[in-house]
Amino acid sequence: MSDLLATVEGLLGDAVLDSHAHLGDATLLVELGSIAEVLRTLRDHEELRMNFLMDLTAVDYLEREPRFEVVYHLASVETEPRGTEPSRLFRRLRVKVGVPEDPCECPSVVEVFEAANWMEREAWDLYGISFTGHPDPRRLLLYEQFVGHPLRKDYPKERRQPLVGPQN
Amino acid sequence: MELAKKIAGSGGRGDLHTENQVLNMGPSHPATHGTVKIVGEFDGETIVDLDVQVGYLHRGFEKECESGTYYQAIPYTDRLNYNSAILANLAYCMTVEKLLDAKLPRRCDWLRVVGGELSRIGDHLTRLGAACLELGATTPFLYGIEAREITWDLQEILCGARVTSNYVRIGGMQRDAPEGFEDRCEESLRSIEALLVDFDRVITSNRIFCDRFRNTGMMSAERLVEYGVTGPMLRAAGIAYDLRKAEPYLVYDEIDFDVPVGSTGDNFDRFLVVQEELTQSIRILRQCLPVLRKTRGEPVDVADPRVRWPGKNRVYGRMEELIQLFKGVTEGIAVPAGEAYLAIESANGELGFYIVSDGSGKPYKVRCRPPSLLNVAPMAEMLRGGMLADIVPTFDMINMVGGECDR
Repeated sequence: MSDLLATVEGLLGDAVLDSHAHLGDATLLVELGSIAEVLRTLRDHEELRMNFLMDLTAVDYLEREPRFEVVYHLASVETEPRGTEPSRLFRRLRVKVGVPEDPCECPSVVEVFEAANWMEREAWDLYGISFTGHPDPRRLLLYEQFVGHPLRKDYPKERRQPLVGPQN
Repeated sequence: MELAKKIAGSGGRGDLHTENQVLNMGPSHPATHGTVKIVGEFDGETIVDLDVQVGYLHRGFEKECESGTYYQAIPYTDRLNYNSAILANLAYCMTVEKLLDAKLPRRCDWLRVVGGELSRIGDHLTRLGAACLELGATTPFLYGIEAREITWDLQEILCGARVTSNYVRIGGMQRDAPEGFEDRCEESLRSIEALLVDFDRVITSNRIFCDRFRNTGMMSAERLVEYGVTGPMLRAAGIAYDLRKAEPYLVYDEIDFDVPVGSTGDNFDRFLVVQEELTQSIRILRQCLPVLRKTRGEPVDVADPRVRWPGKNRVYGRMEELIQLFKGVTEGIAVPAGEAYLAIESANGELGFYIVSDGSGKPYKVRCRPPSLLNVAPMAEMLRGGMLADIVPTFDMINMVGGECDR
């Protein structure tokens, strides 16, 4: 695990702000502006080959500065067939960036991983983080008339916004 | 008369004025077993472009989880995928256990494999059966649903519920398998196998069925990887990625089973891969039953009373356990601060949970990585240039489950 972090930190240099391997999950905190480049480097690196963007989500740390974190879960999966042997999962890596409340913007990584397309739309929908350069920046789960972003910690759980029916 | 001459003289539709047509399918459509809206642009019957709109079943799963204790989230995970509730229970509880660093008794691991594989069989049977039904074949659907009923009966024996199981607990199980479960399970597996033979005979060599499934909804393995697609869809395209083998959890490294793969990645391959996975799941279950017999009487919960949910039998007899239950209900179990991601192989692919804990009894953030959402995202690209009639088989093989996709 520490080998992986050492390799990655050597590769990315100054872009890495922090790292840990708590509970065995290798984690990097990188600079916001460099995220697309970082993911591209990790994907194209001969040895690392992080070919899957398994998950992309955000966390709202209301009190903290910067307020939001966007979290990318990468995985390196063997794609060459080995006869009847199942594919191996080589490694997993979590990459995070801090996103301030204003401007609440994060560079889009759709160009690097197509999988980010819908997941960035979801993060925009639920957290209000706008992904600059996203090819299709619509809401994903909620409807266009919805006001606000419900997974933000300051969005009250009880608030109702029905399209039809009584309002509160 | 004038028009008829024009058509006859044009030698085809070359001179006819045609324009693309926009059609809506859904959000409630009899041939999509899920609430999803597909807006398509068609040139005649050829698909020019599709816009797949999800979210109709969004009910704030993550927000609800964050507002209750860790235990209160387990029943919500039942409702992610109505076919394989135990698998979702399992993924969530195992992630919390990772944060707690809890080591589980062996019997619990085996019991979890049994629950999980029963769920997987039920999920796969629904996928295959519903696909047949939506193409107009009712008989195989009934065979599939009859077999699923049998798995649900077994689930009922295990946890008292057929669909929303609420079976797995943080640090254990709701309860141990009752006496005689193993015999009943063995008997049921034989009935399921017999139904699978009938199912296979009636559908897999059917000409109409094959024509509609072969060479439709195809996508290259490279492109599927870029889209983050996992599960039977990826395996049908030739990549044998199965978390039960790639990152063995529970006791899967002690169990003998194969990972079926396809070659072309079309809907027919997907169908065959799922069908073979049914056989493999039965094989796994057959290996679990002797272990369950041998370990009967061993504990299924962790010994640590701060993690384990005190069962009713303990609460009524011991004061400490009653206090523990009271604290567990009001405050929740204290999970050390930190973050963890854990994924298991669900029936649709990688089902992951990313949980952030701030050290209290309530999770700060619960993210479910839904395989359905990532699997349905490439649907438009798969179908571009295909025919209108390909939408239904492709959608069926993607097996989008609204509850899990929209959360």
